[in-house]
Amino acid sequence: MTPDPELARKLLHEMVRIRRFEEKSAELYSAGKIRGFLHLYIGEEAVATGVMQALQPEDAVFATYREHGHALARGLSAGAIMAEMYGKVEGCSRGRGGSMHLFDAAAKFYGGNAIVGGGLPLTVGYALAQKMQQRIGLAACFFGEGAIAEGEFHESMNLASLWNVPALFLCENNLYAMGTALERSEADTNLVEKAASYRIAGKSVDGMDVLAVLEAAQQAAQFVRAGNGPYFLEFRTYRFRAHSMFDPELYRSKAEVERWKQRCPIAGFSARAISEEWLTPETITAIEAEVAREIAQAVEFAEAGTWEPVEMLTRNVYTARVQPE
Amino acid sequence: MNTVTAPAITTTYREALRMALREALQRDPRVFLMGEDVGRYGGTYAVSKGLLEEFGEERIRDTPLSESAFVGAGIGAALNGMLPIVEVMTCNFSLLALDQILNNAATLRHMSGGQFNIPLVIRMATGAGRQLAAQHSHSFEGWYAHIPGIRVVTPATLEDARGMLWTALMDPDPVIMFENALLYNLEGELAADAGAVDIDHAVVRRAGSDLTLVTYGGSLPKTLQAAERLAAQNINAEVIDLRTLRPLDMTTVLDSLAKTHRMVIIDEGWKSGSLAAEIMARVMEQAFYELDAPIERVCSAEVPIPYARHLEQAAIPQVETILAAALRMVK
Repeated sequence: MTPDPELARKLLHEMVRIRRFEEKSAELYSAGKIRGFLHLYIGEEAVATGVMQALQPEDAVFATYREHGHALARGLSAGAIMAEMYGKVEGCSRGRGGSMHLFDAAAKFYGGNAIVGGGLPLTVGYALAQKMQQRIGLAACFFGEGAIAEGEFHESMNLASLWNVPALFLCENNLYAMGTALERSEADTNLVEKAASYRIAGKSVDGMDVLAVLEAAQQAAQFVRAGNGPYFLEFRTYRFRAHSMFDPELYRSKAEVERWKQRCPIAGFSARAISEEWLTPETITAIEAEVAREIAQAVEFAEAGTWEPVEMLTRNVYTARVQPE
Repeated sequence: MNTVTAPAITTTYREALRMALREALQRDPRVFLMGEDVGRYGGTYAVSKGLLEEFGEERIRDTPLSESAFVGAGIGAALNGMLPIVEVMTCNFSLLALDQILNNAATLRHMSGGQFNIPLVIRMATGAGRQLAAQHSHSFEGWYAHIPGIRVVTPATLEDARGMLWTALMDPDPVIMFENALLYNLEGELAADAGAVDIDHAVVRRAGSDLTLVTYGGSLPKTLQAAERLAAQNINAEVIDLRTLRPLDMTTVLDSLAKTHRMVIIDEGWKSGSLAAEIMARVMEQAFYELDAPIERVCSAEVPIPYARHLEQAAIPQVETILAAALRMVK
């Protein structure tokens, strides 16, 4: 796939946006502005960026607890996400969700699920409802390779295939479920075969190459939109940072991390974009500047945000009928 | 409750549930039923018998034995414009779907800052009494009533079996409906035009002034029988059917207590940490000085429900044990 300059700029911009947002988040975590768990997407930017480029506004997205990148790429504002992580009422979940539970109804972004595999059955049901209501638009679900060990993965694959629903399964295989390596948790590490055992078509893709991701996601989305049933994509990727902010990384070697960093999706794409003359170095500098401005504004927005009055504590547990807001 | 304006028909709890399902399916194209053996088999308890022929496979949807996935799929469909009714064969199996029920159905609205509704109804059978032993006989409605974000209803009469489903479907939040399996064959009269009923309030099923018997679900018929036997001894018991276990309608309970000053709570859940314990605690908090005697509880014994009939019967509330508790209290 050869991108035109506009697409190349867009892809790089999105990846840089995610990277810098995450770096800022780590900094703000250390500063005590963000609390709770914080799972950074650094290293995996090409996956969310490429996939979202292939999705349409009428599609729904279900994500994991490492979902800042998915949310940003889906079009949630950096300010609303940052404010959410600050716990402010201006956040995309009104401060009730935090880093792991970003939601946006308008963007059809259904979260931020922190139970591994928990979004898979929701995706199947959502896609079933699309089919029953004869609506266009598919349901896309991100999950890590760790989810494959969950029963919900297998139950959901079976249901999705049995009911032939328009679901796109997006497995981000970053090789570790927290600290447990794939080969230490799966008797068979061929993930595409697992989907195939439920008669779900699938493909394994280099998740460090945004163009490969985009191309595969476009083909998969087309397959699903054409009514062929669900599709499974495995993206081989790697998280450069620790699992969360509390992880001393005893389970993998520094050399391994360094090897993967050599395959950084942003550095790789930037270099290629220049050598293929899709982008100029000036454009890349301009992207960095735009992103820096956006993130500075996001932090300002979060800082200026307000705390929801504690009198509102029990709101939104039930709809107004039961508990007046 | 309903005023009877049309001729009554003789029917059963099972048939009343089926009428409710049929009405909901006819009334709104967004409604569909899914669960294990709801279609071809006709429903484990024959509640959905005949509906497949009437509404087709899309709307009477048999599922594999995947409680977590099909309950989760119900939540996903409810997020996306449908009004799913998910049948879980028995509440014992619902534990396989507890993650979806608690971490998604009950939580998504709050966790998203109120952006989403889950208008889902989950139906499940509950209760002991048929010698099905420990993995088919437990009562988990009290557990589910512990969870903020869901509503728990327990139809115990033909009117409620007929009328609670539609109201539950119209509720924008998830509702779990517990059907005590001993009630399916309950026979009685039902107004021919019976329809939706309120699910916000407890109801006085029998008025009385000497003591209050608070119960719900499968224990209601036993409690009413005990009240009849008390009446034979000139003891006038008021019987309250809670109907909805979350949120609890304490007003009805406390109004009755203000009249009788004595209370026995009958709950088929295990006694420790039970719904009965919650009601007792609330009475202590809100109406301690109304009490003329300590509240008593008739609950299930602290044992997995055994198979042998005499042991099973000894484990769960019975007319005799309710009667004994009531008599101890008024003496």
